[in-house]
Amino acid sequence: DTSLAEVNSFSPSMPISPSSMINQYKFEDESELRDLFITVDDPESHITAIETFITYRVVTKTSRSEFDSSEYEVRRRYQDFLWLKSKLEEAHPTLIIPPLPEKFIMKGMVERFNDEFIETRRKALHKFLNRIADHPTLTFNEDFKIFLTAQAWELSSHKKQGPGLLSRMGQTVRAVASSVRGGVKNRPEMFTEMNDYMETFSQKINVLDKIAHRIYKEEREYCNEMKEYGPIHTLWSASEEDIADSLKGVASCIDKCCKATEKRMAGLSENLLPILHEYVLYSEILMGVLKRRDQIQGELDSRIDALANKKTEKDLFSEEIGKLEDKVECANNALKADWDRWKQNMQYDMRSTFANVAESNLRYYEECLATWESFLASQRVDLHVEEDSEDRP
Amino acid sequence: MEDCLAKKMEITVSEAEKRTGRNAMNMQETYTAYLIETRAIESQGEGQCAPMDSLWRRYSEFELLRNYLSVTYPHIVVPPLPEKRADFVWHKLSADNMDPDFVERRRIGLENFLLRVASHPVLCQDKIFYSFLTQEGGWKEMVNETGFQLKADSRLKALNATFRVKNPDKRFTELKHYSDELQSVISHLLRVRARVADRLYGVYKVHGNYGRVFSEWSAIEKEMGDGLQSAGHHMDVYAASIDDILEEEEHYADQLKEYLFYAEALRAVCRKHELMQYDLEMAAQDLTSKKQQCEELATGTVKTFSLKGMTSKLFGQETPEQREAKIKVLEEQIQEGEEQLKSKNLEGRDFVKSAWADIERFKEQKNHDLKEALISYAVMQISMCKKGIQVWTNAKECFSKM
Repeated sequence: DTSLAEVNSFSPSMPISPSSMINQYKFEDESELRDLFITVDDPESHITAIETFITYRVVTKTSRSEFDSSEYEVRRRYQDFLWLKSKLEEAHPTLIIPPLPEKFIMKGMVERFNDEFIETRRKALHKFLNRIADHPTLTFNEDFKIFLTAQAWELSSHKKQGPGLLSRMGQTVRAVASSVRGGVKNRPEMFTEMNDYMETFSQKINVLDKIAHRIYKEEREYCNEMKEYGPIHTLWSASEEDIADSLKGVASCIDKCCKATEKRMAGLSENLLPILHEYVLYSEILMGVLKRRDQIQGELDSRIDALANKKTEKDLFSEEIGKLEDKVECANNALKADWDRWKQNMQYDMRSTFANVAESNLRYYEECLATWESFLASQRVDLHVEEDSEDRP
Repeated sequence: MEDCLAKKMEITVSEAEKRTGRNAMNMQETYTAYLIETRAIESQGEGQCAPMDSLWRRYSEFELLRNYLSVTYPHIVVPPLPEKRADFVWHKLSADNMDPDFVERRRIGLENFLLRVASHPVLCQDKIFYSFLTQEGGWKEMVNETGFQLKADSRLKALNATFRVKNPDKRFTELKHYSDELQSVISHLLRVRARVADRLYGVYKVHGNYGRVFSEWSAIEKEMGDGLQSAGHHMDVYAASIDDILEEEEHYADQLKEYLFYAEALRAVCRKHELMQYDLEMAAQDLTSKKQQCEELATGTVKTFSLKGMTSKLFGQETPEQREAKIKVLEEQIQEGEEQLKSKNLEGRDFVKSAWADIERFKEQKNHDLKEALISYAVMQISMCKKGIQVWTNAKECFSKM
């Protein structure tokens, strides 16, 4: 389904193509226990004196007992999604929080609210929420529940609670201070490997993203030229008699191949390009997660260093150290588990996405083949008819 | 019908060689020489083949031959030469005359030209053509001795005729329009085809980048590594396949180009007809005016304004003897003119008849050749699709194993 939801429309369109649904509900061991279904659709623009913004409808269906109702419908704007993401990062610093679509696109966008941009964003937001729902830990996060269920005024009052700006800043300062020191020197081998992996992965995925965009662009240019190429044959056929049919046949084949190219391009833009983009974002997220783990470790290390210089009162601090050690161990375990899960999903995503690309190309070539073969058959029939009629006296 | 030369003699342009020499201005130049090989075809088929004869010719000699044929047989649609300079090139193809691919395609084009002439019922019997194929030295002099350059019509004269002719044969007018349309549509087609080729090249080659990146990525993956690596290999194969595909397509483009240039040959025949027709109309007009002059002198009535008439009115009538002399001269001229007009008429009719016969022959050849060309284009597309299916089937398998 490639229809774009119209801004200001009240019609709930089916936003999800079957294949992307399958992409989301792919974790076999998790989906059989699926009890939370979320859709994001129906973008609507709101114009106030100060600003213009888009809200999306978020519909939740659930059988979980923690939820008061089995169905919820709320409207959320991009800001709200940003808030949710930051709350999740705060609560679970070493878990891999799924990527959000970017605030704005750098190049090529003239208008922030054109249909294509809104539709791409909507799909990404839909994926974001569903990925959280699928995550064994994040799915039970309290802020996530509030996001899905609270009415607009409830949400904004809830947002105002929580640690104030100053305390949040203090946290950041402490985190930066400890990260400067390290976490790196006592870093377990496993996390160094992860770091190295992510550096290379990040590089490669960025290049792949560029390659995919380039292919899309070349295919579009090819398609445009083909659109001019076909009709010339039709024009020519107007001044011919004997070969007019052959020329018109070629024109029709070129036209059909052109349409097949457009289908192939649509496959790229719906399938490969969004996935590659997500993993570009994921690579940034993962680098961030690894840093935060290092920071937590850094806190522990710097405390231990500080205590090493004090000879007395070690017992007083052993509790503090113990807590920090627990924190580090938790963070490490959480990250390790999430990392394994992420790698598995990444493997699945890459496998199915690229297999889809191959399938799309196969269909393209098969369609073109059929077109030209049927043209050829029609021509050969003509030739045989001509030869037969020549043989007769 | 006598068998054309092509049936009696095997003709090939088998090699091309770079040469250096001195040109007319004694400056050093580089050019390409082409080896023409001929061999008589034995009708029996058993026994030994006749010995192969060969000689070298350069492009300018081919041009000279063609000019000679065009002037000597103006009623024939003379086969065109392959292009002098590479035109309608897409970016990867060289526009350089010395480029080996261009030289190779030109070699094929020249061979095709010779075969076309040798299979033409009229042209194949020409002695100069035969000597071109068989006599290495002194051929140029032989051609020039025919004095064909003198028979050539000036471009200006032809242009003049095109605009002033009053009653050209309608069929030639239609043919002229057709050849204009053919020229315009084929050039347009070739231009866009070159752009399509460019874009197709781009699509295929960018996929080659996948190969490199997949290979680098596979180095950090344990389970995905093999699948990535082998998929990358298939992407390389895919990217490389476009070179052969487009090279084959170049031959198709050459087939179209031949008919682009044939359109010009058609125009030349139409131009010749216009010229002859204009000549005829002028001769008829001249005859009519002379007859009128004669009548006026004889009867003394001035029907038309003439300077002579006015001056004689101003400066006095001429004597009866003078008038008689004039009438006699005019009567001679009129008789000459009538004979000339008769022969021109005959010439014109003969020209139209034989030209039209060749045009019909050409039309059939064109329809056959172009249909074949379109079919071969379809065959090429089919082959390209099959290659694509194979590569992407393999790639899909590799991806599924990731």
